Formats: sequence, C-alpha cells, structure tokens
Amino acid sequence: MIEQVRGLVADHGGLAVDVATLAEDTDLYRAGMSSFASVQLMLALEETFDIEFPETMLSPKTFSSLGAIQAAVQQLTGATA
Amino acid sequence: MDAQPDAPVDTKAAYLKDLLGAGLLIDTGVPGVYGRSGVFEDVITRFEAMVTAAGEGQAEVMRFPPGMNRAHFARSGYMKSFPQLAGAVHSFCGDSHAHNDLLQAIEGGQDWTGGLTGTDVVLTPATCYPLYPAVAARGVLPSDGGLYDLQSYCFRHEPSNDPARMQQFRQREYVRIGSPDQVLEFRQLWLQRGQALINRVGLPYQLEIASDPFFGRGGKLMAMAQREQQLKFELLVPITSVEQPTACLSFNYHQDHFGQTWGIATDDGSVAHTACVGFGLERIALALFKHHGLNVKAWPASVREALWG
Repeated sequence: MIEQVRGLVADHGGLAVDVATLAEDTDLYRAGMSSFASVQLMLALEETFDIEFPETMLSPKTFSSLGAIQAAVQQLTGATA
Repeated sequence: MDAQPDAPVDTKAAYLKDLLGAGLLIDTGVPGVYGRSGVFEDVITRFEAMVTAAGEGQAEVMRFPPGMNRAHFARSGYMKSFPQLAGAVHSFCGDSHAHNDLLQAIEGGQDWTGGLTGTDVVLTPATCYPLYPAVAARGVLPSDGGLYDLQSYCFRHEPSNDPARMQQFRQREYVRIGSPDQVLEFRQLWLQRGQALINRVGLPYQLEIASDPFFGRGGKLMAMAQREQQLKFELLVPITSVEQPTACLSFNYHQDHFGQTWGIATDDGSVAHTACVGFGLERIALALFKHHGLNVKAWPASVREALWG
C-alpha cells in the first residue's frame, strides 16, 4: 500500500523533491506540500481507496507523512472491511 | 439588545432594523447590499484618515476599481479556496433575436441571466488581489521590498441579515512584499498600530488566531493548517453578538503564495513573501455605532476627538 500512497503523493503533493527518496516518516509539509495540495491528496486517497475521512481525521497531522497516511487509510479500510 | 432567554431576539436583524430606521444604512431589497448615509460615510472617511496617519506616508498609494481582470482572478487561486464567495460580471452580447428573448424573459418574470456572457471582469474579492500582478509586471522588487496602501469595494456572495456581513463592503489595506523577515516585521508593527487605533476610538476587542472560510471538507484541513502556522490574526469586536464577535481587522501572512503565483522576486532572486493588514471599514463603523450609539454627536468626547480632531 505504501507504494500506492507514494504514487498519489507524487501526483498530488506538489513536492519539490523526488517522492521516491522520501522516508516513511519524512514530513511532507516540510518537503513542500502546501495545504491546498494536501486537500487534493486527501480527495485522491478517498477516491483510490474508496474511503471517506471523518471530520476528526481532517487535520494536517493525518497527511503529514507517507507512514501517517498509510496508517489512516488502514484504519479506515479496516473499519469498513 | 441581548437576547432574553424567554424571548429569543435575532440581535443581527434587530441591529439592522435600527440602522435602517436611523437612516444610516439604506435598504436595497438585497441582504448585504446597502446604501450609506452621509453620516455613515463621514465616520468611515474619518477613521480612514486615522489609518492614513498611522501609515506615516511610507506606502505607495494605489486605488483599483471594485472589478478586476478575470484571468488574474483565476490565476490567483481564489476559486480553489473560496468558490462559494466569488462573483463574476456577465453582460449581454447577443443579437436582436437574443435581445428579444431577454426582454421576454424579464417580462415573464423568468430568469433572464442565462443569455448573458461572462466578461473579462470579476468582482474584486479582497482589496489586495489586483496588486500582485501589477507589482509582478514591474519586475524585481527594490532592495527594501514594497509597501502599498490600497482601498476598494469587495464582493463576497454571502447574503445575510447580519449588517456586519455585507456582500459589498470596503477594505482598506496595507500590503508588504519582500523577504520573510520584512513582511513578518510589518505584520507585527500593524498588530500594534491596529490595536492602538481601535483603543483610540473606544472599542472593546480581542485578538485571536484565525482562519479563512475555505470551501468544503478540504477547507477544514486548510483552516487547521492556517491556524497551526499562525498565518492569520483577527481583531474581533462584539457587534451583533458577544459570543461571536466580528473580525474588524485582519493581519495575514501569505508566505510565498502570491510571490510564487505571480513570480514576484526580491532583489536577491528569492521568491517574495507577502503580508497584509486589512481594515473592514463598514464593520468598524458598525462597531462604533453599536458601542457609542446611533447619534454621532452624542459619542464620547475622546472618540469624537480621535475621529474629528
């Protein structure tokens, strides 16, 4: 799944760095992701994984790293499985 | 005019009724679109003179009309964040047959706007939006950056019976463009100056970290990021509600958003950062009438002295 997340970050994150080089805990905002890019990433994640982030998860922290995103997606796909 | 527990009163509608009754605002039949009386305008003129004095003549004065270049508006990214607030100007561009259809629709009480065509003009959503492309067109900034004094009517599509939430209203702004240090120093200076001005006209206020009304579910995410980074402060004054005071001034740090969007460069070749202080002129006048009364001649001497000297 992490590679799928990495692909979505590459497409929507608007990062200045090569997404392939990012560690799972690299801060995506520090790597150049704007708050608007994080919204586009959020919508792409919802479409790709057929999930909907609840209000409580709509915070910058949820989308702050590849690992954080993977954990959030797992939580939601697990809950709906 | 606070709401009584046993007889709930819409304090917003009640204050609007008072203002219309006193002739300070003039009804047009559209919520949030009002005429202003001479007295109301004089209060705004006098307060603006205080703002001008606080600016110490250091800013370059620019005045843009309340409509702006549609292509610039689109490039600014406004529709990404606030599509629900935008307003675009449409005009009739058809032939005689289309004109006939238009008149028939008006005659029949139907929607007659469908036959109109979008023009090159959109209504200015915030006073500083026309500034950035104009500054970018000049090329590299001078070494001390730029400082600008702006004022215009703005439009936001949010019909409301709250007189403090108008659809067409004026913002006075100072905008700083330069290095991060330069623009943050500017914002800090105006946080002090803004509070001093509001103190002089005798209004109670509180300063808070704030966020913009970004659209949709993603908007919550953007608003939280804006708050976490303390990009926006508001000076709030109770007008129609003590629990939900109204933002009368805002102090915004845009980081490099406009610098990136417009390719504005500082003299060392870096992307310029921007910040602005905005005064909601109608809101400040409404706060003054709320706290000091609808008769300006009966306002406290200190407030009259500050405004009229």
